[in-house]
Amino acid sequence: MASIAVYSHRDPMLKKRDDFEDILEERRNSSDLRYALRCYAPVLYKGVAPCKSGMLKSMVLQSDQLHYVINQLSKETGRTTADVQVQASAILEEMAHCLQLSTVRFFAFTLCKVFKTLFRSICVNEEGIQRLQQAIQEHPVVLLPSHRSYMDFLLMSYILFTYDLSLPVIAAGMDFMGMKFIGEMLRMSGAFFIRRSFGGDKLYWTLFSEYVKTMLKNGYAPVEFFLEGTRSRTSKSLTPKLGLLNIVMDPFLKGEVFDVHVVPVSISYERILEETLYARELLGIPKPKESTSGLFKARKVLSEDYGSIHVYFGQPVSVRSLSEGKVNRCQFNQQPRHIPRRTGEDINSFVNDSAYRLVRAQEENMVLAPWVLLASLLLQNHHQNQTQGMAVDELTAQAVWLRDVSRQYGAFLHWPEHIPPSEVVSSSLSLHRGLVRICEGRVQLAVEPAGAPAGPGEPHSSVTQEEELLSRAVTVLSCASYRNQALHIFVRPALLASAIHTASSCQKQEVFNSFSFLRNMFSNEFILCPGATVQDFEEACYLLGKTGALQVTQQEVLVTEGGHRTLAFLSNMLDPFLQGYQVVCRFLCEEVTETLTEKLFIPAVRKFIIKHLLEGRLRYTEVLSSDLQKNSLAALLRIGAVRKVQGVEQATLKVNRVMVNSLEDTLGGKLPTQKAVVARL
Amino acid sequence: MASNSSGGGSSDRQRIAQQRLRIIAGHLQGRVDGDSTILAAECKAQGSQTDVSSEEKKTVPRRRQEIMKWNGWGYSDTKFLFNKKGQAEFTGKRYRLSGMIMPALKEWFEGTFGASMQHKSLATPVLTSSAVQPPILNEAFEEELKSTGIPSSHDAEDRVYRAHGHCLNEIFALREGKVGRVPDMVVWPNCHKDVVEIVELACKHDVCLIPYGGGTSVSSALECPPEETRSIVSVDTSQMNRILWIDEKNLTARVEAGIVGQDLERLLNESGYCTGHEPDSMEFSSLGGWVATRASGMKKNIYGNIEDLVIHVKMVTPQGVIEKSCQGPRMSTGPDIHHFIMGSEGTLGVVTEVTMKIRPMPEYQKYGSVVFPNFEQGVACLREVAKQRCAPASIRLMDNEQFKFGHALKPQVSSLFTSFLDGLKKFYITKFKGFDPDRLCVATLLFEGDREKVLQHEKQVYDIAAKFGGLAAGEDNGQRGYMLTFVIAYLRDLGMDYYVIGESFETSVPWDRVLDICRNVKARITHECKGKGVQFQPLSTCRVTQTYDAGACVYFYFAFNYRGLSDPVHVYEQVERAAREEILANGGSLSHHHGVGKLRKEWMRETISNVGMGMLKSVKDYVDPKNIFGNRNLL
Repeated sequence: MASIAVYSHRDPMLKKRDDFEDILEERRNSSDLRYALRCYAPVLYKGVAPCKSGMLKSMVLQSDQLHYVINQLSKETGRTTADVQVQASAILEEMAHCLQLSTVRFFAFTLCKVFKTLFRSICVNEEGIQRLQQAIQEHPVVLLPSHRSYMDFLLMSYILFTYDLSLPVIAAGMDFMGMKFIGEMLRMSGAFFIRRSFGGDKLYWTLFSEYVKTMLKNGYAPVEFFLEGTRSRTSKSLTPKLGLLNIVMDPFLKGEVFDVHVVPVSISYERILEETLYARELLGIPKPKESTSGLFKARKVLSEDYGSIHVYFGQPVSVRSLSEGKVNRCQFNQQPRHIPRRTGEDINSFVNDSAYRLVRAQEENMVLAPWVLLASLLLQNHHQNQTQGMAVDELTAQAVWLRDVSRQYGAFLHWPEHIPPSEVVSSSLSLHRGLVRICEGRVQLAVEPAGAPAGPGEPHSSVTQEEELLSRAVTVLSCASYRNQALHIFVRPALLASAIHTASSCQKQEVFNSFSFLRNMFSNEFILCPGATVQDFEEACYLLGKTGALQVTQQEVLVTEGGHRTLAFLSNMLDPFLQGYQVVCRFLCEEVTETLTEKLFIPAVRKFIIKHLLEGRLRYTEVLSSDLQKNSLAALLRIGAVRKVQGVEQATLKVNRVMVNSLEDTLGGKLPTQKAVVARL
Repeated sequence: MASNSSGGGSSDRQRIAQQRLRIIAGHLQGRVDGDSTILAAECKAQGSQTDVSSEEKKTVPRRRQEIMKWNGWGYSDTKFLFNKKGQAEFTGKRYRLSGMIMPALKEWFEGTFGASMQHKSLATPVLTSSAVQPPILNEAFEEELKSTGIPSSHDAEDRVYRAHGHCLNEIFALREGKVGRVPDMVVWPNCHKDVVEIVELACKHDVCLIPYGGGTSVSSALECPPEETRSIVSVDTSQMNRILWIDEKNLTARVEAGIVGQDLERLLNESGYCTGHEPDSMEFSSLGGWVATRASGMKKNIYGNIEDLVIHVKMVTPQGVIEKSCQGPRMSTGPDIHHFIMGSEGTLGVVTEVTMKIRPMPEYQKYGSVVFPNFEQGVACLREVAKQRCAPASIRLMDNEQFKFGHALKPQVSSLFTSFLDGLKKFYITKFKGFDPDRLCVATLLFEGDREKVLQHEKQVYDIAAKFGGLAAGEDNGQRGYMLTFVIAYLRDLGMDYYVIGESFETSVPWDRVLDICRNVKARITHECKGKGVQFQPLSTCRVTQTYDAGACVYFYFAFNYRGLSDPVHVYEQVERAAREEILANGGSLSHHHGVGKLRKEWMRETISNVGMGMLKSVKDYVDPKNIFGNRNLL
């Protein structure tokens, strides 16, 4: 293995992070075939040999848990147990993986070729790999990679194969299985398939959870799944899904294993393959049909440069130590463990807290490319003066300023130190040339149609205004997805900056109220650990205080002379979201009739927003993102300003207009935030 | 071991006949040793006779220091040591292992703990009286006590002996010559009536009483509460050690509660009977102590635990004497008052007399052992044996570490042939049968009863074992396993000479949890040691020692080399505490038979619920409102 540190990130102010090593380096210099066929002998958990998939299935089918549920179902439905058993086998058949080394080798070979064409480097922290290896030997391991691309799970298996580590079994969505051949290939490389929703299906749930637990308990293989549940189209971390995390923690809580180690893995792409695909999806532009044209485009994808990937294997987290003092495991002693029981409140909140902590651990170790900073700056500039763009020098200067700020906030920034900043900027811009236009030394987002810029005053012939807007939005959203990569760094300070902006005075209490309101509003949008308002507030105060932007005293929060620039940048960063939520509120107040179903919400609010954008009443095209719209609705539902009323066929939305209206005003700073305001509503 | 002698072969019948004769003779002539008088009323006269000769036959003299260690386990003449050649040796003549050399022990000891013969941590040889606080005297009490003629003492040694049990921290402190709060006085009642007088006087003069039986507590039950300001009087029951009568029609015996296990068995054996109650501490622990802690004996599968054996109990409390009016075998008269007494741990009164079930001595005893490929299989076998309710008198399953430990204690073999045979056995098991020497484990068995039935029973158990991959591994291994339980406490003292400290603790747990609890508790111990800075890998091992219909009793041994630690006892206590937390989290009980004492008090509330605590408290409040029995155990 080539052990050349590609770069090392050392900032004395920050906690030490590991060095990276490029695993493609060696692949470029030696035979891929030999690599794919080399001897593979991973270390095993307590020396337990991996278990054949047939054996695993029969263990699951014979488990007490399954027997119990089958008997129960048979009693409830009047079907024979044999009948239910057959159904169970069929479900398991559909679900189970059947890992085959030959398939893995095939993928290893193919992926080598693909990766080498697409990426400059795939950088992995070796120390993380060593920690993982250690963990695998001692405890059952769960791998939790971030999810930004279809590539993620193949990439994970590829890396583990490269480092001679046990190949994981991966929970994959059923949609993969739709692709007939690919589905089976993935199954043979360790994927098992789960239905997207099976809420009420006891049999399915039992099979699924037993399947995962059996693998984990016996330590046959590391289990891998995506805490975020699905690929994040926005590059923001998604609110974690708890189902699988619950399942993998269960064997520990019930004492069936001594501990389970959970390893957050952060995969950062310098340029995301699905960049525009995601943007289109968010905008509701129908996907191009999977066809020859699709294939043709895919070929185009292969010819482009996607920069580097950084994969950071985080510190393994012991579930045992996570749970210390939070969960009373004695609660499982009162009845046989195979009988399903409602999980206690303490367990639910423990799993939820852990999930947030783990997502934050993923975020912390995400490597940010300089482009992320550039995208943030360009987007802000774009919204301030739509047409002129920025001089490259100024962009560079600002980027250097932002680089220093973000590092002080703890960003894991990959900014090559030995190259002058101007070169860093220009090489970043060239990697993302599809998104920016450089003209006469000025940079701006490439929002005008590339071919024929619409002449001023000239009436549009073929493209409607709306289509033009959407095509601009694709660029803006793509760009925003890069900015979003840095959001976890800035979100707390940004919330504070906005809070200072909207608060009626600089009294600390007042600012805190305002902060707390905003934080509550946005807790479906960003990863904000539940119940940690005070900590978040203090963290934000600390960071802004440390960088000299704020002076925080016992009583007051004061912006310093030099702090305005930072605060302006931060509140601008949050502004699209603030505006977006307000528009959604306005939509709900103005447009919603009694019959708006949940399904129709997105198209309706999109139409409303497009109207506003075209009328110039709204600056931010990124508000068109269905992600933002869904999140804001979820927040309003959570707060209780909107209620879901279960109708005959679909749920309809019932809006509390007074409350939504007042929330909108509070977001816009027209109403002071007091605890009482919310309480009165 | 007391009952080993009956393990013979063909001469059994003869011997039994002789025993019968002896019983009859006993009835005709009265007891041979003048001590075991039939009438309790005579006790006063006995008590005033203080000549030494009358105490000859008793194992436990008033001055325990005459035969027992003051800062370690057991008899003064018996200990393990590494001799000049570096071989382990067991001194004295009392045990089967006594005088023997165990060549493998040193290597095991060094290998397991990383201990070295060069690094010794010897105990303070003698107790300096100056280390003992002068007694807090209650003169009025003593004045009146003197007039009763009950012997007592203020002697520092006497007091120190009664201030501790055998918890690690207690022994460790003694070895360093450190003595905390000790009783201010020791009294030796000679009979029930003496106890009544002592308790009355204590109530009258507000003196704190702490009953003392065999001193084998491992729950800090004998520790004097440091905050106690009253005069503390230790009530040593060791002189109340007579069998008052034997009722052959009902197979019961009335016994004074101070008798220690080995004396009880020996005296009953002389009459052809036994109680069959054999806790590992039976050489030193007393009947009253068993009752007060809900003890359990090794052979409970045949004879039952203490609660199954006890027919009638007499206890002296500050409110008077509590006892049932008859000796009926079972009663439906509200909650059983015996269950307030059993497990009361000296917080309510002094148990003075107990009527116990007795059984004719078994005709035949046979040891046995089974080797399993792994612990999982072994547990599965024990579970099946319990399911079929065919457990032998004793069945215990040791894990791999304990199996190796047992091997290290093998005495030097006398002949080349035996060592050849051993080698062959080992070859057969590991090579031919494919057992992994680092995974296999062994179950030890003890069968008892009449010969026919024992052999039949033996076959049944071995057949079950075979289904779980078990191989019969001979009587020797079995017997050695049981011997281990009697000498292990001596071994701890050896360890402590070389920077190794350890302890055992136990729990009871449902069958489906046995494997999980064993794995998790052992792992927790290792994990905690690492976290607390222990420099060497600890020994963390377990065995399943009892089977029940619904679960099992699991025993853990835990020891580590403490070189490099500044406060080893504290580390030890933290690890033990964590292990107990782990036990509770894994569905184990707070204790199977060691009791709660002060060591495990903190978990009582969660164990028995608030209401349960309230119930026990209200009993204590009624029975002992002035907290005369102020050892502060349990609640």
